[in-house]
Amino acid sequence: MRQTQTPKPPARASFRHGVAGPMAIAAGLMAAQHATAQDRPVLDVYTYDSFVTEWGPGPAMEQAFESTCACDLRFTAMGDGAALLARLELEGARTDADVVLGLDTNLMAEARETGLLSPSGVSGIDWTLPVDWQDDIFVPYDWGYFAFVHRTDFDAPENFRALAEGDASIVIQDPRSSTPGLGLLLWVKQAYGDEAPVIWESLSDNIVTVTPGWSEAYNLFLEGEADMVLSYTTSPAYHLIAEDDAGFAAARFDEGHYLQVEVAAAVASSDTPGLAQDFLSFLVSDAAQSILPTTNWMYPAVMPQAGLPDGFDVLIDPGKALLVPPEESPQVTREALSEWLAALGR
Amino acid sequence: MARRPRPLTAAGLAAAGLVAALVLGSLAAVASRAQIGPGAGLGPGDWGAVRFTLWQAAVSAAVSVALAVPVARALARRRFPGRGLLVTLLGAPFILPVIVAILGLLMVFGRAGWVNDALGVAGLPAVSIYGWHGVILANVFFNLPLATRLILQGWLSIPAERFRLAASLGLDRRRAFRLIEAPMLREVLPGSALVIFLICTTSFAVALTLGGGPRATTIELAIYQAFRFDFDLSRAALLALLQLGVTALAGTLALTVAVPDAMGAGLGRPLVRWDRGPVWGDGLAICLAALFLLAPLAALLLRGGPALAGLPASVWVAAGRSTAVALGSALLCLGLGLAIAVAAQRMGGRRARGVELAGMLGLAASPLVLGTGLFIMLYPFVRPDRLALPVTALVNATMALPFALRALVPAVARIERDYGRLADSLGLGGLARLRRLLLPRLARPLGFAGGLAAALSMGDLGVIALFADAQSATLPLQLYRLMGAYRMDEAAGAAVLLLGLSLLAFWIFDRGGRVDADA
Repeated sequence: MRQTQTPKPPARASFRHGVAGPMAIAAGLMAAQHATAQDRPVLDVYTYDSFVTEWGPGPAMEQAFESTCACDLRFTAMGDGAALLARLELEGARTDADVVLGLDTNLMAEARETGLLSPSGVSGIDWTLPVDWQDDIFVPYDWGYFAFVHRTDFDAPENFRALAEGDASIVIQDPRSSTPGLGLLLWVKQAYGDEAPVIWESLSDNIVTVTPGWSEAYNLFLEGEADMVLSYTTSPAYHLIAEDDAGFAAARFDEGHYLQVEVAAAVASSDTPGLAQDFLSFLVSDAAQSILPTTNWMYPAVMPQAGLPDGFDVLIDPGKALLVPPEESPQVTREALSEWLAALGR
Repeated sequence: MARRPRPLTAAGLAAAGLVAALVLGSLAAVASRAQIGPGAGLGPGDWGAVRFTLWQAAVSAAVSVALAVPVARALARRRFPGRGLLVTLLGAPFILPVIVAILGLLMVFGRAGWVNDALGVAGLPAVSIYGWHGVILANVFFNLPLATRLILQGWLSIPAERFRLAASLGLDRRRAFRLIEAPMLREVLPGSALVIFLICTTSFAVALTLGGGPRATTIELAIYQAFRFDFDLSRAALLALLQLGVTALAGTLALTVAVPDAMGAGLGRPLVRWDRGPVWGDGLAICLAALFLLAPLAALLLRGGPALAGLPASVWVAAGRSTAVALGSALLCLGLGLAIAVAAQRMGGRRARGVELAGMLGLAASPLVLGTGLFIMLYPFVRPDRLALPVTALVNATMALPFALRALVPAVARIERDYGRLADSLGLGGLARLRRLLLPRLARPLGFAGGLAAALSMGDLGVIALFADAQSATLPLQLYRLMGAYRMDEAAGAAVLLLGLSLLAFWIFDRGGRVDADA
């Protein structure tokens, strides 16, 4: 794992001229801050919480982008993608955000409808996404499949029906408060359509519990509360690469796996629209894409020159990617949620 | 009442007004941003959530209080080595962040927990913690400590002379209980039950995680859904209003049932009891409570202890930030609480109840609506993330205020009842009265309330998640970030650190309040 970054020295530290004394240093720091604010434009990027932590992609990306942009990249973090969109809607056109980073395919339609976003200017990219990508506003930066993760000594079922008929226990997340939870909801809906409520009813005795978020569910699984947990196909790569533990695997389901594509977009009211577009271009560049796999634990949207890191090669390949078209997502989601509530609410 | 206009009363009114403005203002702010659409109004699912919320909160409150009575009585009338430490430790579950406490519970009661391991060894079938009983179990785990402490305060407030008199009159245990202890319980229990009821109405993580699925949907979760799923602010505001209404109703009920005791003054001499009954009864109550409350903490300690030394620097920095917030929150809470308690005592009657209820609102407010409302209110003036820590301290103080009031209101009332006339005849008023009469005699409840506020603030994730930027994470937020980055071992280490800091904060305040007391 990367080391924690030390804060960068101010752009113009006047104490290097040999001025001594605390007052001089303080004055120098103030001058430096002043100079920074004046000389370098600030790019405000709103994103989700795990992106900006010392273990996430944020610090390395900030360093890489700032080394080329002559700007100050400033991250502001919300809980997750849905919270990010809610924040953007709350702030409206007055927002300080220049870029939002961390929406996904399920939030795109609603985000587009706000009218707060502007075209990305990114085009002609050779995407390594499992689906065709054509969009003038949203720039995909990474993607992953949802999957049930288990320990390698557990004999996992091969589809939802087998899971429902067997006695494997699972812990899942609530689609009302969690992105993976929503992914599972749409996964079952996309795979089974009108039959989805039946599948959910038969799954109800396999579900140990439903947690508010991913962290709680994954923790419960690691503590031995369930045989499998809803997570990503890339989760075993974390254990393998960061912990040197090959004891985890994702169950390959033959219905196909639901896809999550994470996207970024420029904000129309930005005071630095050019810089925002530069950042979006940077996001799909080799420098940024090579950071993502082992910090965000997702697949890169554009294959880095060096390829995928070791440890990603042993992950399952779902073969078939399931995805509700973004424009249909709000409608399908509402329908699937009421089915889910009815099936599990008894 | 022939006293002149008093600055202390005005301060109390201002404090109650501030809390009410914060809670109602944030709600109004959210509502003001709502667009009335076809989705407005509440559906059958929402009413189901209301029913479930009330049901689990009522049962949890009743069970917690019922179990707390024997434990508090045992602690009140026994002295043994380590009693002070035990009392502090027993308070720990209450101040833990929800997820940490749930994990501790699961290590003991979960599928792979100690209880099921033991049952397996004994050849017995496993028990499942998931379901409505799990929700109640967790709520009792959280709130039994609080109930015990509040009731214990009540017991300790009975003047030692009463028991001396009862003994010299030859009253048996049953009659001593009826004449001395029952009136105290009648005063203390409704308020304690109310506070626990309120805590249980606004939590959703416990109910959801242990309830096993959407059957366990609470109002707070419905508010989440309105925000995240539909971005339907009008429905969120409506649900939050419903939550407040329910609370106000329950609050009025509980405060009406509570009857002030008429114990009279004592000289504050050490408590000696002649009516303690057999040791085994009290011993059993204390041992069972300790086992139930401390086993999950021990599990957490075993799990997270080893990772403590290797925690990244960011966790320690976050711990420092949390400590500062906790301190600020505790002082703010004490200031607000004292002002409200004094004002409530001086006004008396229905107006006093109104002021006290206003102080309780913080607990009934949906954290999500409170945070969002504050955000909407602040946003036109300042970047909200610049104010992340002060806002967190303020909100935490508001949320801890009801607990402070439970401890302070009866104490102020008692002091004024017992010593008010003496103070009047000496012409003690205003600040002099506060300094000479109230503060010295309030040291114990103030210490308790301050400790509770500090500890609660230390463990609260709450609004910081809505406001924090990358550089201002508190310890609970950093803990969540560790978990979100797969770093469960370090998260467990951070949980132990959080537990330690919360307990330390509580202990320091609580001790401070008892420096010249015997307990």
